[in-house]
Amino acid sequence: MAEKVLMKGNEALGEAALRAGCRHFFGYPITPQTELSAYLSKNMPKVGGTFLQAESEVAAINMVLGAGATGVRAMTSSSSPGISLKSEGISYLAGSDVPCVIINVQRGGPGLGSIQPSQADYWQATKATGHGDFQLLVFAPSTVQEMADYVSIAFDTAEKYRVPAMILSDGMMGQMMEPVCFPDNAEVKMVEKPWAACGHENKRPHNIVNSLFIEAQELEKIVVERYKRYETIKANEQRAESYLTEDADIVLVAYGASSRVARSAVDAAREMGIKAGLVRPITLWPFPVNALEATVATAKQYLVVEMSMGQMVEDVQLVIGRRKPVSFYGRTGGIIPTPEEVLEQIKKLAGKEA
Amino acid sequence: MAVVFEKPHALTDAPFHYCPGCTHGIVHRLVAEVLDELGVEGNAVGVASVGCSVFSYNYFNCDMVQAPHGRAQAVATGIKRAKPQDVVFTYQGDGDLAAIGTCETVHAATRGENITVIFINNAIYGMTGGQMAPTSLPGQITQTTPYGRDVAQAGYPIRMCEMLSTLDGVALAQRCTVDNVKHVNETKKAIKKAFQNQLDGKGYSIVEVVSTCPTNWGLSPADAIKWMQDNMLPYYPLGVYKDTAKSCAPTAEGGAEA
Amino acid sequence: MSTMRTLLAGFGGQGILFAGKVMAYSALKEGKELSWLPSYGPEMRGGTCNCSIVISDKAIGSPQVTAPDVLVAMNRPSLDKFVNAVVPGGIILVDSSTVDVKVERDDVKVFYVPATKLADENGIKGLANIILVGKLFKETNFVSAEMLDAGLQKCIPAKKAAMLDTNRKALEIGMAN
Repeated sequence: MAEKVLMKGNEALGEAALRAGCRHFFGYPITPQTELSAYLSKNMPKVGGTFLQAESEVAAINMVLGAGATGVRAMTSSSSPGISLKSEGISYLAGSDVPCVIINVQRGGPGLGSIQPSQADYWQATKATGHGDFQLLVFAPSTVQEMADYVSIAFDTAEKYRVPAMILSDGMMGQMMEPVCFPDNAEVKMVEKPWAACGHENKRPHNIVNSLFIEAQELEKIVVERYKRYETIKANEQRAESYLTEDADIVLVAYGASSRVARSAVDAAREMGIKAGLVRPITLWPFPVNALEATVATAKQYLVVEMSMGQMVEDVQLVIGRRKPVSFYGRTGGIIPTPEEVLEQIKKLAGKEA
Repeated sequence: MAVVFEKPHALTDAPFHYCPGCTHGIVHRLVAEVLDELGVEGNAVGVASVGCSVFSYNYFNCDMVQAPHGRAQAVATGIKRAKPQDVVFTYQGDGDLAAIGTCETVHAATRGENITVIFINNAIYGMTGGQMAPTSLPGQITQTTPYGRDVAQAGYPIRMCEMLSTLDGVALAQRCTVDNVKHVNETKKAIKKAFQNQLDGKGYSIVEVVSTCPTNWGLSPADAIKWMQDNMLPYYPLGVYKDTAKSCAPTAEGGAEA
Repeated sequence: MSTMRTLLAGFGGQGILFAGKVMAYSALKEGKELSWLPSYGPEMRGGTCNCSIVISDKAIGSPQVTAPDVLVAMNRPSLDKFVNAVVPGGIILVDSSTVDVKVERDDVKVFYVPATKLADENGIKGLANIILVGKLFKETNFVSAEMLDAGLQKCIPAKKAAMLDTNRKALEIGMAN
């Protein structure tokens, strides 16, 4: 096993992209994803790749569309307001079935918001990253090691299904350093892309990478086919971590940064004799329905913790329905909740108010 | 029987959907002839833009990518950076290139992106039904300037070749038209040079073709040509605005150095 | 020690983040779990700046230190802001050359080290941060001496090798005070 090094989450994303065979990065400066662009601007040229600082987020995502359309692994990164600008291009990528990886190191919103960590783009990432019927694969790492691991998983999965993938991170995950280990000889699985527009060399009919289907029947057929792929993804690609859930009365649900806080609160609750557990979605889309469903028989209630006014909580409610009560605790605007605050909520729910 | 006329190989057999008298057909053919003559269809990737020419992906026989409105040159940048050996071109109208896509145009140009840009300027939005374009003339009546383009309110038309010629990254900026045989031949020469520049790694080349839109101008094809000659050419003089291969003084009428 | 949550706080430019990095790398060398979380944003130049370090034997939950076991305060605003957040029985380390007040709590251990003054007097201006890390090491032994040195070595790039000796000197001064 290779040596562990200390890296910021943002830097780990950059290094992981290089190791995943990504040689084309297009970005535009924004806090708090800065270190990712800086890392790639320094290291991409060393491997003969392209680092291009675009004139805008809009241009950057469309450069990803162009590069991705030729079949290469292309990536862009931004933070919340920048992702809003990219949403047009993301819709076209989805509508053209071009795989790519988009990083969102979230900050507070709406508008210019703040530059502190936030999870208020959950809906944007999982429901409406742009216009039209489509989904992105959405991965939510919760350690710097996972930041490193999920870049190649995101590329692989995106290419497998021809669906763009997003890594939904946040300012805390991006800025923090933790030990991270990159495998020595990780193999990059490059798949054939017979659909790519890279020059037909007079050997095949011309390829068209396109999202325009002017005949309604044709467009419907294409979207329906894409949704069949989405069903396969839902069946095969759900990922979640369950922590101390087997005997838990109160199951917390949290992802990314807030799952770190929730985990601390669960540990503290256990020390007090409260049976708490945590389901941590790693894929936000597909939402890990199965991992949650597995807890319904034994859990008495649920507590969703987010750095937002409550977005993922609706997906949890959709799974749990009226079978068990679902509560919510969140901080927003760039505030990271403390384990103590979350513990208070757990105590309240357990009927052990301080 | 001897073949006396045929389509260039770089055009598909799909019939054009363009209106009678529209000059897109001529320019498509010129681009395709150049791809044939340079023998680059097999490694060419075209970028179709939003507007009347969006279906150009059905007409050009090379690989094609369709871009969001205004973003063709950003998409082309991505393609060219990923596949530097490919011959990459965009085909854009005035709304796409000079309004919503001005930022992408200026920055692709100033980066000296090694691509070829074909720019159709007909002073109107065709596909959406005849609205004011960034290049609509002062006083021009369109659907959204029913009293004529009032420059006090709607501002002035943009001359893209003149503007882009100030940028160091531009290798060629030339304005042509296709209203007669001589001009068609000059336009083809300019397009060929714009592709040859890319093959030679010279950087950004743009060929603007001053065009007509008989349908949305409400004129017959012949009258549309006349209107263009009388009104557009004085505002958009033909000529070479920048050519790094030679001195850059704009020539008068008939710009190609022929 | 199963978990030690440290908050380093001061002005931007005092080397808060670097001191945290030395601690983090030492912990890495020791084989511990750790996290290093900086405050970031407009305060990065001249304003208040802080850094959360969690060192533990088990997986770390929240990397944000809101109830520190150890507070290192390098300016008055930082002490004022965080003094009451320190857990009972915790440690507060104050740079007494830049902070002119005393801690009014009797449930914590407080150490006053005139780190900035000591750095100036010893010709290692700017290394008050590392002097305080040395003091912190003396009081907590958060890693072994060997791993502290290994961590320091990891934080100083090869082309600035001369800095290693001055930093080692700073650690020693901290340990002696």
